[in-house]
Amino acid sequence: MPDILEINHVCKRFSQNGSIVEALRDINLNVEEGNFVSIIGVSGCGKSTLLRIIGGLETDYEGSVTFDGMPVTAPSRKKGFVFQDHRLLPWLTIEDNIRFSLPEEQEDRESIIRESIRMVGLEGFESAYPKQISGGMSQRVSIARALSNDPKILLLDEPFGSLDAITKINLQDELLNIWKRESITMILVTHDIDEAIYLGNSVVVMTPRPGTIKRVENIDLGEPKKRTGPIFSRYREIIYREFFTEANSPFIYNL
Amino acid sequence: MAYEPGMDLAGGGRAGRLRGLSGKLPAWLLYFTLPIILLLVWKGADMLGYIKPYTMPSPEKVAATAIELVRNGKLVKHIVASMERVLEGFFIALVSALALGVGIGLSKRVDIFTTLVLQILRPIPPIAWIPMAILWLGIGETSKVFIIFLGAFFPILVNVVDGISGIDAKYFELASVYEIPRKKLILRVILPGATPSIMTGVRVGLGNAWVCVVAAEMIAAVSGVGYMLSDGRSLSRPDIVILGMLVVGFVGKVMDDLVKWVRAKVLVWA
Repeated sequence: MPDILEINHVCKRFSQNGSIVEALRDINLNVEEGNFVSIIGVSGCGKSTLLRIIGGLETDYEGSVTFDGMPVTAPSRKKGFVFQDHRLLPWLTIEDNIRFSLPEEQEDRESIIRESIRMVGLEGFESAYPKQISGGMSQRVSIARALSNDPKILLLDEPFGSLDAITKINLQDELLNIWKRESITMILVTHDIDEAIYLGNSVVVMTPRPGTIKRVENIDLGEPKKRTGPIFSRYREIIYREFFTEANSPFIYNL
Repeated sequence: MAYEPGMDLAGGGRAGRLRGLSGKLPAWLLYFTLPIILLLVWKGADMLGYIKPYTMPSPEKVAATAIELVRNGKLVKHIVASMERVLEGFFIALVSALALGVGIGLSKRVDIFTTLVLQILRPIPPIAWIPMAILWLGIGETSKVFIIFLGAFFPILVNVVDGISGIDAKYFELASVYEIPRKKLILRVILPGATPSIMTGVRVGLGNAWVCVVAAEMIAAVSGVGYMLSDGRSLSRPDIVILGMLVVGFVGKVMDDLVKWVRAKVLVWA
């Protein structure tokens, strides 16, 4: 598969209280079409900034980002973006939120809306308002909204960060199923090590001040993927070691 | 500690004792208690001779006048006349304040271009415009609609602009991801996002419009509630004046209730 995304020597600085903060330093990353890449790092390591640059939401940076052969200059429907806050318009119903995201001239608009609501299992909630549904359901709608626009890549910025553990696991499995079925390239930013390993077939570890890529680890959990067991633990240990030295993380070895 | 009926959840002290007293009265009765007390005080003062009929009529005199004016249709005619002016001026104000407010809210340049004039015009009370309105527009309907327009326009405009600037920037970011065109952005994001604030503007604006119609009609009109008031004064009929004041208050309350009802319907999502 060809690379759908090429990131070359991306640097990003911004000023904070008069001093210059280096948010990203010399980021190089290529993503093959159809891959699922997890980017993991502590808060402030620049992982969300990197995702926003890929999405075209952040345009003031050095270096180059090429998506599908073209330089990224602005956000677009082809680059689906799922924010941590579901970002549904509170004054539109679930159905209207999806309808809102589609162009007026879109063919089969109504059947696309129906299909995407069905895909995330929210039949019966079409005319509910966002405040009437749970956080997990809202994030489902937000994913459905992005997918209904038929993106070539889906960028997810800590999408499950504010959900409870059980809902989170369910949504992770649903996302994985969608990825397998639709074969859309996905990039997920997270601070959850298990989530990064379980979802990604490649995990990018970032470290802060300045934000750099420390390691890229290819993941192969076999089929079907399991959240437990020796293969998973081995990957987890590899990633853990990037964040903690042996001295301050003894519990890993005691498990 | 489990809850038992009659338990004082608010805690003791003065609040608790007051609750104990008023707790006997059902809410609907409490609602009417103060008006009834005021009516009794009024009647009492009348019976004890504290008030003179030519400065302050008795309650039953006002009631009799009310019945008379309802019977001969004059009261309804005056209310309808005032209402028509208010609605006309209010809707012109609503449409123009929305249009200008969206312009100011969306364009820094429109904002800078208009701000000085608007800031100077806004503190001028609509009533201060009455002499010029009569000179320019005559004593017909137009001058009164103009005064009402002024009364409603500024509260709505200020709230439209506030409402738009209060919309979370994250929704504009979302719109950019889905390449939403400008017209759709205005209709689907900006106007609905500003609606809570716009409804506040509508409420204040309509209230102001009602105050302004009475003031305008007191100065130059041959119909309307304000005319009824000034007519009562020139006829030395304080009963008509008091009745007119009560009607102004009552209609104002009903209109405000109506706006609150509409707001609840419009803002089901909030």
